[in-house]
Amino acid sequence: MKLVYFIEIQMKVLVAVKRVVDYKVQIRVKSDNSGVETQNVKMSVNPPDENAIEEAVKLKEQGIATETIAISIGEDKCQDVLRTSMAMGIDRSILVKSQNSLEPLAVAKTLKKIIEKEKPDLVLMGKQAIDDDSNQTGQILSALLNWPQGCFISSLKIEDKKVLISREVDEGIEKLETSLPAVLTCDLRLNTPRFASLPNIMKAKKKPLEAIEIETLDIDIEPKIKTLKVIDPPTRKAGVMVKDVKELVQKLKNEAKVI
Amino acid sequence: MSEIQREEMLYDVVIVGAGPAGLSSAIKLKQLNEELSICILEKASEVGAHVLSGNVFETKAMDELIPNWKELETPINTKVTSEDFSFLTNKKSFKIPNFLLPKSLQNHGNYIISLSNLCKWLGEFAENLGIEIFPGFAASKLIYNESDEVIGVQTGDMGLDSENKPKDNFEPGINIKGKVTILSEGCRGHLGKEVIKKFKLDDKNKSPQQYGIGFKEIWEVDHEKHQLGKVSHSVGWPLESDTYGGSFCYHAENNQIYLGYVIGLDYKNPYLSPYDEFQQFKTHPEIKKLLSGGKRISYGARALIEGGLQSLPQMHMPGALLIGCDAGTLNMPKIKGSHTAMKSGIIAAEVINNHIKNNTDLSAYETEFKNSWIYEELNQARNVKPSFRWGLVPAMIFTGIDQKIFGGKLPFTLEHKHADHESLLPARDSKKIEYPKYDNEFTFDKPSSVYLSGTNHAENQPCHLLLNDQNLSTTFTIEEYDEPAQRYCPAGVYEVEYDNEIQKNILKINSQNCIHCKTCDIKEPSQNIEWVTPEGGGGPIYSGT
Repeated sequence: MKLVYFIEIQMKVLVAVKRVVDYKVQIRVKSDNSGVETQNVKMSVNPPDENAIEEAVKLKEQGIATETIAISIGEDKCQDVLRTSMAMGIDRSILVKSQNSLEPLAVAKTLKKIIEKEKPDLVLMGKQAIDDDSNQTGQILSALLNWPQGCFISSLKIEDKKVLISREVDEGIEKLETSLPAVLTCDLRLNTPRFASLPNIMKAKKKPLEAIEIETLDIDIEPKIKTLKVIDPPTRKAGVMVKDVKELVQKLKNEAKVI
Repeated sequence: MSEIQREEMLYDVVIVGAGPAGLSSAIKLKQLNEELSICILEKASEVGAHVLSGNVFETKAMDELIPNWKELETPINTKVTSEDFSFLTNKKSFKIPNFLLPKSLQNHGNYIISLSNLCKWLGEFAENLGIEIFPGFAASKLIYNESDEVIGVQTGDMGLDSENKPKDNFEPGINIKGKVTILSEGCRGHLGKEVIKKFKLDDKNKSPQQYGIGFKEIWEVDHEKHQLGKVSHSVGWPLESDTYGGSFCYHAENNQIYLGYVIGLDYKNPYLSPYDEFQQFKTHPEIKKLLSGGKRISYGARALIEGGLQSLPQMHMPGALLIGCDAGTLNMPKIKGSHTAMKSGIIAAEVINNHIKNNTDLSAYETEFKNSWIYEELNQARNVKPSFRWGLVPAMIFTGIDQKIFGGKLPFTLEHKHADHESLLPARDSKKIEYPKYDNEFTFDKPSSVYLSGTNHAENQPCHLLLNDQNLSTTFTIEEYDEPAQRYCPAGVYEVEYDNEIQKNILKINSQNCIHCKTCDIKEPSQNIEWVTPEGGGGPIYSGT
């Protein structure tokens, strides 16, 4: 008699989600130049993180992922973006509470701690956050974990534990293959994030959301960079109308000194 | 698209619009009976993001709704400390002594607030009571049963392309049904408009509704020029004396100035551009002095109700109530509508609670409304706005007598003669108005203003500004009125372009710029433009307005 072993294949996907000023909001520098005004400003899920959420939910729908988890780091209000993630289809969430805004290294260290506990097979996140545009967290995290990384992915396929990704690079589309576990950062091209439907928003309110104080993780989150001043970009000077090509050339030569 | 299976959600009360009226109603309902299930749909991407108002706030309704609000951390902080009212000429300003002003224009005890921030606060308060608020979802259609009672609303489909075909992320709207539906969309709500027509709510000897367009900018100014709590109003320049309107200027928190202008939409000259009147107003020496060195941080515009009691439609119908400025409860001479909107919501809650508990009729709303202080206020105020058809000076004298001597109790009621869309004169009989060029210091063009409002609509979606007759602009409004839409729209949605193919001017609609003010729906001379809800979450993102 032959023994058949049924091995249940588990695949956990962790998605890192950042709460940022909504991309449609006209950003305003605080009058004391200490930073950007966020009081009473609409906050949303960082757009490329939405692509990461969508991809995770798709993997679950395709039967590839067995569980999807969203994680966010920040103040209490970051619950919003986790609820949104769960309304889009993520199974459960973790909020790491932190009063201070963290630099990419500290974020990566925090994620690493959670990953050691949750043991996901795949970590997805946006390629960068639209507020600080650091574009570092995914890369640092993969180094800390010593996992392979795939950055700015524009397509993803997982077959027999093999990860097939494409990236849009200057020369065209680069196709790569790597193995699990892996850290992948998502480009806006990856997919079209779904709308959270009303019934799913209701369901998301009942999905589990675990809160952890960042102090309990015992990591160094001290900022390594000091912000001196945040200022508006210089305003563009008003243009002048020129009469003819001759005058234009003259001005380019003598005033603008570009030719 | 009729074959779509729509999910259904059931509530006791469904509320359309998370403004002061809808939120107050929801909160009051929960206070009366915490068992009630209540949901609020809000088309803005978050609560408060479509709320734009002066605003000098009278706390009367707030005191009734949340008596201990002063102990809570509300955004109601800045008490009015001083006020003045001026008559402007192009160079000078003449202060009208405060003792001559009617009581309705005196603001002692009121607060300068951002209504947008207050709604955000009320939204959180409501959610803590267990009220479900769904921002980003537009109530696009009303649902009726066989006996024509309102039984709920349908939310808009998300993810349709401009040809009404589903995109990748298509998400059909769902049916949200309630025992009672409350319509609190604000001035000229599109569902409100539908029920007023369907149930003939404005039929019984009502004057046609009157509207205005209000602009607001927020400026950050020098600390030295800022006088926290100061409230200023003006009439006169730059408006001609036959145009109803005036300015407001409030010194709010954080060295901010709330600067705005309101113009009656019954103006006659199709060449008048409300936007440019407002921009020009800022070049008055007094205003320039205040703004110079400052920075404009916000812009918005919204239609508002001016009709008052004469134009107030019946507010109840089978299955639903129409409250706040969706009906038209603003007190024009007071230039305030937040407290009346909130009160109309509170009354609605009491009537609905009774209706659900004891099966009493919703028509009780009419009696309750008449017995409340809103009615008394609006009754006293009723003759002010219509008197302005006599021109600014006679109207001010009449208003002085009516309000100051008779306290609004004159034994007659002046009617509004025409609807606002009927007031335009043909272009050939009107004087062209040349507005000064924008200086980019005090005055700005429409695109840079709209930019500040954070306005956005998902790309490639159906146009939400419908023309009943596709060609009417080409055959009529462009020729007859030189297309007034290009001037009354405060966001540059409408442009006239020459079409080489048909060799005629055509109307181009840039609906992605729309800041949801509803002016086009009101002022279009042949009522050809229909404002319907775009995809939820679209429109401006106002904050602090």
